[in-house]
Amino acid sequence: MLRYVLSRLGLAIVMALLSTLVIFLIANTVPGDPVLSQLGDLAASNKEFVAEWRAKWGLDLPLWQRYLIFLQQLAHGDLGISISSQRPVLQDIRDFAPATLELASIAFLLSIVVGIPLGILAAVRRDSWIDHTARLISLIGVSSPTFWLAFIMLAVFYGGLQIAPGPGRLDTIALPPHAVTGLYLIDSALAGDWDAFRDAGAHLILPSIVLAAATLGLITRTTRASMLESMQQDYVRVARAKGLREVRIVVGHVLPNALIPVVTLGGLAYANLLTGAVLTETIFSWPGLGRYTFRSAVSLDFPAIMGITLVVAMVYLLINLAIDISYALLDPRVVR
Amino acid sequence: MDAAPPNRSPRTAPAAGSLVLDVRDLQTQFFTDAGIVRAVDGVSFSVSAGETLGIVGESGSGKSVTALSLMRLLDEPSRIVGGEIRFQGRDVLAMDAEELRKLRGEGIAMVFQDPMTSLNPVLRIARQLAETMQAHGRFTREQATSRAISLLGRMGITAPERAINSYPHQFSGGMRQRVMLAMGFSNEPALLIADEPTTALDVTIQAQILGLIAELNRDFGAAIILISHALGVIANVCQRVIVMYAGEVVEEGPTEQVLADPRHPYTWALINAVPRIDRHVPDTRRLVTIEGTPPDPLAMPSGCRFAPRCPFRIAQCDQHPALIEVAPGRKARCWVTQAGEPLPPPATARLAAGPPRAAQPSPAQDVTPPLLSVRGLVKHFALPREGFFGKGRYVHAVDGVDLDVMPGETVGLVGESGCGKSTFARLVARIHEPSAGSIRFAGHEIADASASAIRPLRRRMQMVFQDPYASLNPRMTVADILSEPIRFHGLTKTAGETRERVEELLTAVGLNPKMAIRYPHEFSGGQRQRISIARALALKPDFIIADEPISSLDVNIQAQIINLLIDLQEKFQLTYLFIAHDLAVVRHICDRIVVFYLGKVMEIAPAADLFTASLHPYTRYLISAVPIPDADAERRRTRLPLAGEPPSAVDPPSGCRFRTRCPIAQPICAEVTPPLATHRDGHLAACHFPGQF
Repeated sequence: MLRYVLSRLGLAIVMALLSTLVIFLIANTVPGDPVLSQLGDLAASNKEFVAEWRAKWGLDLPLWQRYLIFLQQLAHGDLGISISSQRPVLQDIRDFAPATLELASIAFLLSIVVGIPLGILAAVRRDSWIDHTARLISLIGVSSPTFWLAFIMLAVFYGGLQIAPGPGRLDTIALPPHAVTGLYLIDSALAGDWDAFRDAGAHLILPSIVLAAATLGLITRTTRASMLESMQQDYVRVARAKGLREVRIVVGHVLPNALIPVVTLGGLAYANLLTGAVLTETIFSWPGLGRYTFRSAVSLDFPAIMGITLVVAMVYLLINLAIDISYALLDPRVVR
Repeated sequence: MDAAPPNRSPRTAPAAGSLVLDVRDLQTQFFTDAGIVRAVDGVSFSVSAGETLGIVGESGSGKSVTALSLMRLLDEPSRIVGGEIRFQGRDVLAMDAEELRKLRGEGIAMVFQDPMTSLNPVLRIARQLAETMQAHGRFTREQATSRAISLLGRMGITAPERAINSYPHQFSGGMRQRVMLAMGFSNEPALLIADEPTTALDVTIQAQILGLIAELNRDFGAAIILISHALGVIANVCQRVIVMYAGEVVEEGPTEQVLADPRHPYTWALINAVPRIDRHVPDTRRLVTIEGTPPDPLAMPSGCRFAPRCPFRIAQCDQHPALIEVAPGRKARCWVTQAGEPLPPPATARLAAGPPRAAQPSPAQDVTPPLLSVRGLVKHFALPREGFFGKGRYVHAVDGVDLDVMPGETVGLVGESGCGKSTFARLVARIHEPSAGSIRFAGHEIADASASAIRPLRRRMQMVFQDPYASLNPRMTVADILSEPIRFHGLTKTAGETRERVEELLTAVGLNPKMAIRYPHEFSGGQRQRISIARALALKPDFIIADEPISSLDVNIQAQIINLLIDLQEKFQLTYLFIAHDLAVVRHICDRIVVFYLGKVMEIAPAADLFTASLHPYTRYLISAVPIPDADAERRRTRLPLAGEPPSAVDPPSGCRFRTRCPIAQPICAEVTPPLATHRDGHLAACHFPGQF
C-alpha cells in the first residue's frame, strides 16, 4: 500500500513538472515579440537598447535556461505580476481562492450527501416513485443550463419569495470575519461570530445549489447505474443465499463495489467545481477564482492566466492523487 | 449393485420419515416479453437426511432454476407459480421474508457454479465467512472468526490463519470453491445445494472438490443436491439421480442403476454421447448423438417433449407421458420403457456407426516430412514491474517445447489451465510472437517470419476457438463471416463464386445454406461452433488448430461437433492440433497426445499407449482425476488424489517442474531437469523414474 501511494505520488510530481513545462512553452512560443509590445517604436529601433533590455529580462538566454529560471521563481512562489491588478499573481489567487473553495466544497458536499443516497434508494427501489423522482431530479440537474437555473433561483427565492439573500458572500453592510482561512463559515465560527456565520451560510445556499445541480444529477445517475450493475453480480445472490438481511446486503456487499466508479466521477466533478464556476460566480457576484479567471482572460492578463492555469493543473493533479488513493482503499485488486 | 458400497456415505439408508426436502409439482415460469417460459414444469422429488441427490440435464433443462426455486432466490421476471416446497415439514413458499432469510444459509446453503464471481471482490475472506455465521445469531464475531479458520483448514486450505485475511483475487478458482464450501457448511445446514460446483475447474481440482463434498456429506451429515451436466460427476458423488429435460423430470432412480440401465431415451443418449476414458473401442471414432436440439421453451410439444429427437419413438409419443414407476425405486417418463420395452444396452462397441478410420501414418517410422515441426519453442510474457526499479519478471508460459505433427494426424494437447497449451497453439498459429525457438510449417520457418511472409501460409493453417459466442462478429451475417477470408485471399473471382463457396461450406458443416443471411445471435452454441469451423475451412487449409472447441457445449452437442470434426478430417485430409481439458474426448479422437505441465511437455505418446501405460506420474494423476459415468467403474478404480495446485509459472520449480507435487520425487529431480526421452516406440516422457509410479 505504501509502495503504491509513493509510486502514485512520484507520478504526480512528474506530471506537475510536465505541466509547468507545457505552461512555460505555451507562454514562450505564442507568436509576438515582447520587445515590440513592451518597448516603444523608438526604443525598439535602438539595437543596443533592445539587447540590453533583453539581457535584463533574460530573453537572450536559451529556452531551457529560461525554463530553469521560471522553475526557480515558481519555487519561491513567484508567479509574476498581474497586469490589471499590478499585484503579485500569487497574492491575487490567495485572495480569490477561498471564496471558490468554500462555494465549491459546499456544492460538492451537497451533491454527494444528496446524490449518493438518492442513487442508492433509486436502485434498490427500482421503478418505484423514488426511482422516478431521482431520475427526474438528475435529468433536470444535468440538462438545465447554469445561467438559466441561477436566474430562476434568484428570481424566485430572492426576488419573488424574498427568503434568500441576494448576490455576494455577505450582506453589503456586514463586515467579513477576521481572516484565518478565508473561508467565512470557518472564520466566523472560529471568531464565535454566529451572526456572520448565519449570514455567510445563507448567502451560500443559492449559488451552491446552482453549482451543485449538474454534479448532483451526474452522481445520482452514476450511483444508481453502478448499484444496479453490482446488484446483478453473483456475489449478491450468494449473500442473499447466506441469509443476510437486505440492508446488510445493500450496504455491506453492493455499495462498496458500486462506489468505485462514483469515486472517480466525484473527484473529477469536484475538480470541475473548483475550477469551472465562472458562470455561477459571475451571476452571484461571488469574489472567487472563476470571476478572476474571467476578468484576466478578458483583459489578456498573461501572468494571471498562467498563474491560474498552473493552479488549475495542480488542483487536478491533487484530486487525481486522492482518487487513486481512495481507489486503492476501496478496491484491493488495485494494489498487488 | 443392490448393496451400497461401504466406502460411500454410511447414511445410505435414510431413516423413514426423515425427509429434509419434499418438492411437489414445482412450477417456475419466466414472464418474458416473448411469452411465458415454463422453465420448471411440474417437478417433484424429495431428499432424505444425509442423502446425496444428483440433478443432471443439459443447459436450459431447468436444473439450475429448480435449485434457485428451492431457496426462492429467483429474480424477476421468473416466478414460482405453483407446487409445494417443504423443508423439514415447513412450507417454504408460504414463508415471509424474515422466515425465508433465516432458512437461507442456516437450513439450506448453496454453492454456485463460478467461484471467481461468487465472492465479493472488495471484502476480506474473513468477513465473508464470518457474516454468514453472525447473520443467524449462532456465533459472536470472535467465535465466527475462529470457526472460519478451522473450517478453512478443514476444506484443505493451507495456513488458514493467513488465508482468512486475504481478498478473493489472491485465491485460485479451486481455493475459492473451497471457501464457498466452508461458507456453505458454516452453519451446519441440513441441506447443501451445489450448482455445477466444479464446472469451472480443472479435472484435478474437480476431483479434489468432489472428494471433499463426499467427505463433508459423511462428516456433517448434510443432505446434498448436486447439479451437473456431467454424468461422471454425479456418478462420483450421488446415490440417487434425477434427469431433467425441457423443464421436466424424465427419469429418477439410484445412480448406479440409471447409469447401467437407463429407462429414458434421453438418459440413454446422454450416457452414450460421452466418450468413456476407461472403455475405448478401437476403430470407432464417431459418437452416438441424438439429432436436433431441445424444444423451443415458448412452444413445447404437446406430447412427449423428447419425442422429436427420440430414436425409439412410437405412435403413443404424441401424448404426454407421466413420470411413473417402471421398476422398484425407479421412475421414467417414457411410453416405451413403461410398456416394458428395454432400451439397447449402452455398449460403445455396438454403436459403432461410422466407417473404420483410414490407417494413420505412424509418426515414428514415416519418411514424409512433418507438416509442423517445433523445436525449443519458448514464450515468456513480461509482468508489469513492481515499482520503478523493480526487477523485470516473466511468466514462463511455454518453456522449450519440441513437437512434430505429421500430415493427417490428430495431436491432442492436454494439461491443467495455465499449463501453456493454449499459448502453444497461439504460437504455432503465430498469433503470439515466440520469445525463442523454431516453428517450421510445411517446410517454412515461421517463428520469426514477417506478417507478410506468413500470410500465404495462413491459408493452410486455421484456428477454431473455444467460445462460439465471442469469436463471431455479431454485426456480420454468416455469409459475410465466411466470405471475408475467401475474398481477402482472392480464392474466388466473382461474387457468384463466393456465394457458391459459402453454400458449400455451410453444407459441409451440416447447416442449411439458406441460413447464410442470418446473424450469429440467431444460432445456438453448437450451430455457432459449426460456423466457426466453416470459417476455418473456408480457405481449404491442411492444418486446423482447435483450442477447446467443445468445452462450452452441452454433451450431446459436443458429440455432434466431434463427429463433424472426424468427418471433415476424412473428407478433406485435415491435420488437427486439438486442445482440450477433457481427456476422454482427447483419447477418443486423437492419434497422439501431448501432456503439458507448467510450460513443458511431460509426456508424448500414442493415445492408446498413454492411457494404458503412461510413464509420467503427472499423466497418471490426470487420467485418474477424470470422473467416469459408471458408478461401478468409479468404485473399482483407485483414485489418485493429486494434492495442491500447480505452482506459479513466474518462478517455476528447478529441475523437474512437477517435482513439487510428485509422490516419487527424489533429490535428483530438483537438480537435473529430466529430458524428454524416448522410452518406447513413439512414447516419450520427461521423468527420471518413468513408469515407476
